[in-house]
Amino acid sequence: MSTQAEHTTTNRRDFLFVATGAVGAVGAAAVVWPLINQLNPDASTLALASIQYDVSPIAEGQSVTITWRGLPVFVRHRTPKEIEEARAVPLSDLKDPATDESRVKEGHEQWLIMIANCTHLGCIPTGQAGDFDGWFCPCHGSHYDSSGRIRKGPAPANLVVPPYEFLSDTLVQIG
Amino acid sequence: MSEHSTYVPGSAVEKWLDDRLPVVRFAKEHLMDFPTPKNLNYWWTFGAILVMCLGVQIVTGIILAMHYAPNVALAFDSVEHIRRDINGGRVIQATHAVGASMFFVALYIHMFRGLFYGSYKAPREILWILGVVIFLLTTATAFMGYILPWGQMSFWGATVISNIFSAIPIVGDSIKQLVLGGFAVGNPTLNRFFSLHYLLPFIIAAVVGLHIWALHVPGNNNPVGVDVKDSRDTVPFHPYYTMKDLFAMVVFMIPFAWFVFFAPDILGHPDNYIMANSQVTPAHIVPEWYLLPFYTILRAIDFNVLFINSKLGGVIAMGGAMLCLLIVPWLDTSKVRAGTFRPMFKWFYGLFVINFIALMYLGAQEAAEPYTTLAKVCTAYYFIYFLVILPVLSRIETPKPLPTSISESVLGNKAHA
Repeated sequence: MSTQAEHTTTNRRDFLFVATGAVGAVGAAAVVWPLINQLNPDASTLALASIQYDVSPIAEGQSVTITWRGLPVFVRHRTPKEIEEARAVPLSDLKDPATDESRVKEGHEQWLIMIANCTHLGCIPTGQAGDFDGWFCPCHGSHYDSSGRIRKGPAPANLVVPPYEFLSDTLVQIG
Repeated sequence: MSEHSTYVPGSAVEKWLDDRLPVVRFAKEHLMDFPTPKNLNYWWTFGAILVMCLGVQIVTGIILAMHYAPNVALAFDSVEHIRRDINGGRVIQATHAVGASMFFVALYIHMFRGLFYGSYKAPREILWILGVVIFLLTTATAFMGYILPWGQMSFWGATVISNIFSAIPIVGDSIKQLVLGGFAVGNPTLNRFFSLHYLLPFIIAAVVGLHIWALHVPGNNNPVGVDVKDSRDTVPFHPYYTMKDLFAMVVFMIPFAWFVFFAPDILGHPDNYIMANSQVTPAHIVPEWYLLPFYTILRAIDFNVLFINSKLGGVIAMGGAMLCLLIVPWLDTSKVRAGTFRPMFKWFYGLFVINFIALMYLGAQEAAEPYTTLAKVCTAYYFIYFLVILPVLSRIETPKPLPTSISESVLGNKAHA
């Protein structure tokens, strides 16, 4: 066998080159990951992930905006008329179909709790405005109904209901 | 292009340096002796003007960073502190803010010059692509810079733009949280944007270096678009174009200075003099004027296309609008570079410029009729220009006869006499 032929076949040295390179690449990736991961929400941000709020001072027909994880959250005490309107809408009329029942807690139908950022690009919609007796986003013209569901405009989805539960009749835990 | 060098080290010290680091030789070749077409018009001065703009932004920016506090509690007040208390701070801050706008004025003129005179065509494709990269980096830098004063437009502009990431299917929300460092725009966001806003101009400067390198391989395009044939077509860069560029810079500084001294806030938005409030959205969110054409394209897609919802569709359209610029060297296959010699191209190009200004105007209007329909029409023309008109014109258009050389175009037939 000529020397040239030996060089064209795969040998131990080639294996060592590839193995060293592969270990080096894994090592580099392992170093880069923490440098990227530091950008993710930090412990102090995550520590605010759960809050409790007493809804008893909110009168019927009144809304408040509170802050949860840095996001504004609507807490609305709905009137019977609004609940009735929301429940009368056939699901076929909705862009993002969801029943009003699925957006509130059973026995607490008057309380509508939603993240207050429009699902289009995040502006805060104006309350009790728009064509559907709900919310209207002035940025790009999305209309939401009295259940916070998208009815008209560029937003793709209903206002987001955060995970929450009623600890008592008036105390809500969000997150 | 070392063959153009006429550098002869004058002294023993220069000779010693030239043998070790030929920096003087390099400067003489590229900043003084570089052969430049003798027919360049004033549209060709905007490259040098842009270098000046980048320099102004870096110098004023470094000074502002000495007085600015990147913290949500302090940022808004620290900018007012710069404007009211720092010696000369009013002018330095205004120069930086107005400078961003003037940067984009020059940048758009420079790009439209390239689009008219076919400066993106072979052998200058890489030069053009590096230019588009600079444009994208400058856009990102300007966007992050606008967040720093921490006013209402800063906050809500950041909210709207970062929500673009959430349009990406499946991983969108995770990417958004990674970018913002939280669930909403907040202190971590302001901190990192400040860090990146300080970093990116130096990256831009590095890409500008590559851009000039890529320019000095084929040499400049020129207003008639025919290649340089011999040394009679060129003049040395210095003093002919150093002086022409300097004169253009002085003229450019006149409106620049007028804005700085007489109307520093006219290009901004009054809502940005209200401190950021995550609980209240301004009635009407408007990005800075230089982002408006692309913002209009983002908003124009308010309908679902098959399985793509309106939000993702808008993001794809905006990205596509920028991608069109990257691939234009392969869309326009006409061999004739200069629009002057293309009788049909001229009109479509003119309409494209008007259309771009219309997109800019529409971005500042409310999302209501007739603006929403007009925005769709203008967005359609933007894409049709790149994807249909340019490729088709390349095939069907008969260009006017080209001059045989740059000299002939300057001197007429006398060059042959």
